[in-house]
Amino acid sequence: MEDLTEIRWHGRGGQGAVTAAKLVAEAALKQDKYFQASPEYGPERMGAPIQAFTRICPEPILIHCAVTNPDIVVVLDPTLLSVVDVTDGLVENGALVINTDMSPAEVRQANNIEGYQIVTVDASKIAVESIGRAIPNTPMLGAVLKATGIMDLEKVAEHIRSSFGKKFSPEIIEGNVEALNRAYQEARSE
Amino acid sequence: MSKTVALTGNLACAHAMRQINPDVVAAYPITPQTTIVEEFSTFVANGQVDTEYVTVESEHSAMSACVGASAAGSRVITATSSQGLALMWEILYIASALRLPIVMHNVNRTLAGPINIHCDHQDSMGARDSGWIQIHCENAQEAYDTTIQAIRIAEDNRVRLPVLVCLDGFIISHAIDRLDMLDDPEVKKFVGEFEPAISMLDPEEPITVGPFDGLHGQFFEFRRAQELATLGSLPVIEEIGKEYGAVSGRPYGLIEEYKLDDAEIAIVVLGSTAGTTRVVVDSLRADGVKAGLLKIRSFRPFPIKQITDALSGVKAVAVLDRSLSPGAIGAPVFQEVRSALYDSESRVPIINFIYGLGGRDVSMGLIKEAYTVLSDIVKDGQVKQTINYLGLRE
Repeated sequence: MEDLTEIRWHGRGGQGAVTAAKLVAEAALKQDKYFQASPEYGPERMGAPIQAFTRICPEPILIHCAVTNPDIVVVLDPTLLSVVDVTDGLVENGALVINTDMSPAEVRQANNIEGYQIVTVDASKIAVESIGRAIPNTPMLGAVLKATGIMDLEKVAEHIRSSFGKKFSPEIIEGNVEALNRAYQEARSE
Repeated sequence: MSKTVALTGNLACAHAMRQINPDVVAAYPITPQTTIVEEFSTFVANGQVDTEYVTVESEHSAMSACVGASAAGSRVITATSSQGLALMWEILYIASALRLPIVMHNVNRTLAGPINIHCDHQDSMGARDSGWIQIHCENAQEAYDTTIQAIRIAEDNRVRLPVLVCLDGFIISHAIDRLDMLDDPEVKKFVGEFEPAISMLDPEEPITVGPFDGLHGQFFEFRRAQELATLGSLPVIEEIGKEYGAVSGRPYGLIEEYKLDDAEIAIVVLGSTAGTTRVVVDSLRADGVKAGLLKIRSFRPFPIKQITDALSGVKAVAVLDRSLSPGAIGAPVFQEVRSALYDSESRVPIINFIYGLGGRDVSMGLIKEAYTVLSDIVKDGQVKQTINYLGLRE
């Protein structure tokens, strides 16, 4: 379990944090990895701060305790930065991936964050332009892949095409794939 | 052939139910069990199963409907949690006394108050003496596998008792995990056709179900017979676990030992915490500490011999309990393991750690703390405190 990667997702109810956590887990299955994905268990309300968790590992994951020291923290909504301590428990060389139009340096300065790798991408804008709705989860996934290389971008795109196929129109699906790819290209890291 | 999937523990159970295709499901939704019956009702609506799905107004009615359906000769499955299981309480005893092979998931959640929706084992511990077989699962894979085995155990003519399949609320029920599912025909073949021993709907052989025993009837003898059937299910659970292993590659027993052979200190635990404990055992072993784990899968019947044999070589034992029995000497699993060891030759020192009540997280660090206390007992030769609390804020 030395190669275990733990991700914590911060979002607001309705932004798709739980869906993103699930999407990563399901994409991990396609790459024959092991995974766990779970929402923070509590009442879910539209707009309220929520968390979700993903574990990915090349070997079976046996632990069932909470994720307290994530390797990656993903922030789907920049307004959470002043509400929630998103770096809580984040490992020393961990990555903080934020949906914002600011650069990593600007985020650092505005929120007094020292250390960590900071990755920013304007996922909301990409989502509106590619999908037509401000649901930032798929573009944020693109930024996570860019920052961490935990999975192959092409394989995740493939998974989106096959798993969204039953529920969504081809336009929505291709919009999501485009958002994933664009965010991967546009993510800035420091 | 099996298929590797990504499912929550609850959906894994719902899919096992779909593959079993029971005659009747009567259930009432309650957190965290809800997604089992929600998903299963979708299978019913889509025509993927032939099940008669009975919606009811409470868990008391759910179990009552299950009793009626099972007594009529149907294969019956249901699911509940927490307050729901508590509301079924009197009918649980009826189901087991009538020797009805009902299978029920209990997605473990504590009992209020204060109101709390999270995991502990207080609910199923309350059903401890109800005459139901009670099997605890570590992960989604085991919950899926145990659902399929439970049908065979319950319906076996040597047993004919209801079976409670327990999985930890949220921790297992709502976490997406990787598991292997058998093909539909394999499950169909494994569970076979249900041949009820009795049916109250047979006009050729009319019977009375659940009559009054009279003022000086056979109640005592009847209860003893029920106890014998429960004890008699021990080898059946083992046999079916082995048979399931031949089909799936995943054999199951009454207990599971992990690195106990040469262990000096051991933790005994049920459910998902067993998984976390395995990893702690590995890390202690890497540091040269001879730690081991005993997971109890069948809590009812309680496999006394298997447990005492497994712990025969250790020098100190800690039982981790996810429930509380106010005013007792420790919590239920501790009481029973300690009682079983009382007659053993070694009479090894044994302590209790109560943990995880109301969903309190149990980290690897906390489990390591418990092992450290055991190491100290071996070193000092004395138990400082028998009943302990893990993760309690003081």
